[in-house]
Amino acid sequence: MKRIVTAIVHNRSGVLNRVTGLLSKRQFNIESISVGRTETEGVSKMTFVVEVEDNRKLEQLTKQLNKQIDVLKVSDITDKAIVARELAMVKVISNPQIRSEIQGIIEPFRAAIIDVSKESITVQVTGKSDKVDALIDLLRPYGIKELARTGLTAFTRGHQPQVTEFKPYSLLK
Amino acid sequence: MKAQASVKEKAAARTGADLLVEALVEAGVDTLFGYPGGAVLPIYDAIYRADGSFDHVLPRHEQGAIHAAEGYARVAKRPGVVIGTSGPGATNLVTGIADAMMDSIPLVIFTGQVAKGVIGTDAFQESDIMGITTPITKHNYQVQEIEELPRIVKEAFHIASTGRPGPVVVDIPKDISSMVHEQKVSSDFHLPGYQPTINPNPLQINKLHEALRTSKKPVVLAGSGVIHAEASEELKQFVQNYQLPVTTTLLGLGAYPGSDELALGMAGMHGTYAANMALYECDLLINIGSRFDDRLTGNLDHFAPSATVAHIDIDPAEIGKNIPTDIPIVSDAKAALVSLNDKEAFSLEHLEWMECIRNNKAEYPLWHDQPEEAIVPQWLMQKVYEYTGGEAIVTTDVGQHQMWAAQYYHFDRPNRWVTSGGLGTMGYGFPAAIGAQLAEPTSTCIAVVGDGGFQMTLQELSVLQERRIPVKIIIVNNQALGMVRQWQEKFYQERYSESIIDTQPDFVKLAESYQIPGYYIDSQETLEASLPEILSNDQPAVIDCRVLQKENVYPMIAPGKGLHEMIGVKR
Repeated sequence: MKRIVTAIVHNRSGVLNRVTGLLSKRQFNIESISVGRTETEGVSKMTFVVEVEDNRKLEQLTKQLNKQIDVLKVSDITDKAIVARELAMVKVISNPQIRSEIQGIIEPFRAAIIDVSKESITVQVTGKSDKVDALIDLLRPYGIKELARTGLTAFTRGHQPQVTEFKPYSLLK
Repeated sequence: MKAQASVKEKAAARTGADLLVEALVEAGVDTLFGYPGGAVLPIYDAIYRADGSFDHVLPRHEQGAIHAAEGYARVAKRPGVVIGTSGPGATNLVTGIADAMMDSIPLVIFTGQVAKGVIGTDAFQESDIMGITTPITKHNYQVQEIEELPRIVKEAFHIASTGRPGPVVVDIPKDISSMVHEQKVSSDFHLPGYQPTINPNPLQINKLHEALRTSKKPVVLAGSGVIHAEASEELKQFVQNYQLPVTTTLLGLGAYPGSDELALGMAGMHGTYAANMALYECDLLINIGSRFDDRLTGNLDHFAPSATVAHIDIDPAEIGKNIPTDIPIVSDAKAALVSLNDKEAFSLEHLEWMECIRNNKAEYPLWHDQPEEAIVPQWLMQKVYEYTGGEAIVTTDVGQHQMWAAQYYHFDRPNRWVTSGGLGTMGYGFPAAIGAQLAEPTSTCIAVVGDGGFQMTLQELSVLQERRIPVKIIIVNNQALGMVRQWQEKFYQERYSESIIDTQPDFVKLAESYQIPGYYIDSQETLEASLPEILSNDQPAVIDCRVLQKENVYPMIAPGKGLHEMIGVKR
C-alpha cells in the first residue's frame, strides 16, 4: 500500500542521507521524496510517498524514522484530510500548428506554458499526482522530450473533519 | 585533579584539542582506547600536555581499541571512549562500531578528519566516515565550528549512554582540533528530537499485571535491556514474587542468576530444551529488554504460538518489529519492573506448568560425550566454571566456543559476560577482555576464544606484555572454524570447505615472544593439574587447550525450524 509520510527534521548536513539511508537499509521503497524549508528557521520538512507491505512495516517505518536524533516529528497523514500537491514540467515536441491544440488540452488542467521554442513547448502542471499523471498521458502522443516531477509535498488541512465526513486522499487512481 | 587544573590555566589560548580534552575530563572519562595518526596529532598533543588525566591504552590495531572499549563499557557500565585517526584509522574502527550498535554498547568514538578545506578532494587519508558510519551508529557528528565542540562532546556522551545505549561517532577535522580559541564556549544542549521514554504507561503495566493473574503458563525472557538498566535486583524480586520461570537471551546471561532454581538457561538456537519448550508452550511471554533476535526465535511461525506477548523495551521500534505484541510497554526495564513490583502480588495457579518445566530440566539437561583422556570443550567450560567459582568475567568471540561458554558457565551476576552477540565478530573476545580487565583490575578475566578468532586480533598480546594485566586467554583449539565446520557437517554433507585450519603458530612460543607465560594443555590430567593455578595467579596467560575437533554444539534448532524442532536434545 502507498502511504504519505511526513517528517519534520533539523536542517543539518547529512540529514537527508540519514533518512534515505535508513529507509534503504530497512528495505523500504521510496516512490517520491520532497524536502524543503519550513516556517521555522533551521527546520525542514520531508514528504515521502512510500510503498509498504502492511501496517506492521508501516509502523516500523515511522518508529525507525522517529529514532533518528535529527528527526523531530513523523506523521503518516494518508488517512487525514490533507492537501497534497506536486509539480511537473513536461517538454512536448510541437510546432506552431499543434501548439494551440496542446493549449486546448492543458487548459482544463489549469496548466501553463512556461517556455516556447521552435520545436517544443514546456508545460507546467501542479496538482494531485493523479491529475499530473492524467495530463502526462494526454501529452504523450505528441512526443515528450523531457519530463521532471518534484514528488509530492503535503500537509494536513486546517480543519480535520469527523471520520464520517470525508473521503481519505487516494494515491490510487 | 592536578592535571585538570593545569589544563584550565591554559584557558586563555586553547586549541580545539584542548577543548576536547576538557570536555572528556568533564564527562568523567579516565580511560582512552586509541591509536595516533596524522589527523589526530593535535588531539594526541593535547592528551600529552594534559599529563596524566587519562590512562591511554594503545592497542596494536584500531579494531583492538574499539573492542577493548566495548569490553570496558560493558563491565564499567559507562561509555567506552575511542580515538582513531582519519582514513584507515577510522575505517579500521568500523567493525567495532557495527558490533556496538547491534549489542547496544555505549561508545563515544572520536575520529580525526582531514582539514575542512580539503574534505571532499580525496585528500591523503581522507574517508567519508560520516557516510560510512551513519547506518551503524546511534548518531554521528562532524564538527564544523570550534564553538560547537564542547556541546557536541556532551551530547555524544548523553546520547551514547541514555535510552537504548549505542555508539556515537564524533568526526573532528584537523584544522578544528589545532585551531586556537580564546572565547568561552558553552556546552549546553537541547535535543528536542531525542527524548527517550523512561517510565512505563501505567495502563499497560496494569494490563500485564492482569494477564499474569489469568496465566497458567507464564515465562519471563530476560535480555540485555535488564543489564543495561541495572535492573537485576528488580527482576529477581518480580520473578520471586510470582515464582516465574526465567530464560535469558545470549546477551542477557547474568541478568538473572543462572544457577537459580527458576532459571531455565539460555534460549534460542543452542538454548536448553527446557527454555525453548517454555517459550514454545507458554500462554504468557514477558519479554524484558530482548529484541526477539532470529537466533532466539527460530522460525517466527512457531515462536510462542499461543502466548499473549508482553514486551518491555526502551526502544519503541523493537516492539512489534519481529513478533506481534499484545502488551507493549515502552520503558526502561528497571522502571517497568519497579512499577510491576509495586502492584499487589498474588499466587499463580501454575503448579502443572512448573512441574512440566522441572521435568524438562531434569529429563533433558545439556549433555556431551566424555572421552577418557582427550578434552571436550564442554568439559573445559565446566572446569573453568568450577575453578573460578562462577565469579570470573568471561569474554568470547563468536562460534562454538561462545555457545559452550554460554551453556556451561552459569553467570549469577550481570556484567560478567562480554560477548559479541548481534554482529558475531571473530576476534572480539581477546581485546574485549583487555578492556574488561582494565575496568575491573581485581576480577579474574578470561578470554575464551577460538583458534580462528584469536588469530584475528592476537597482536594485542603487546598490550598484555606492556601492562602485565592478568587476562587469561583460553584458546579452545580445535584447529577448525568450529561452527562453520559443524554447519558444513550437518547441512553441506560434510564438505569442509576452507574450515579446517591445521597450520597454526606455536601459541606457546608466540606467547613467550611477548614475555607472556604460554601453556599447552591436551589432556584432562594436565588441565586438572595446571589450570587452577594458571587462572588464579596474577600473570597473563595464553593457554593453548587442544580439544576434539568433531564436537558439535547441541542441542540445536536448525535454520528455518521452530523452537519445538530441536535436534541433539538427547545423546
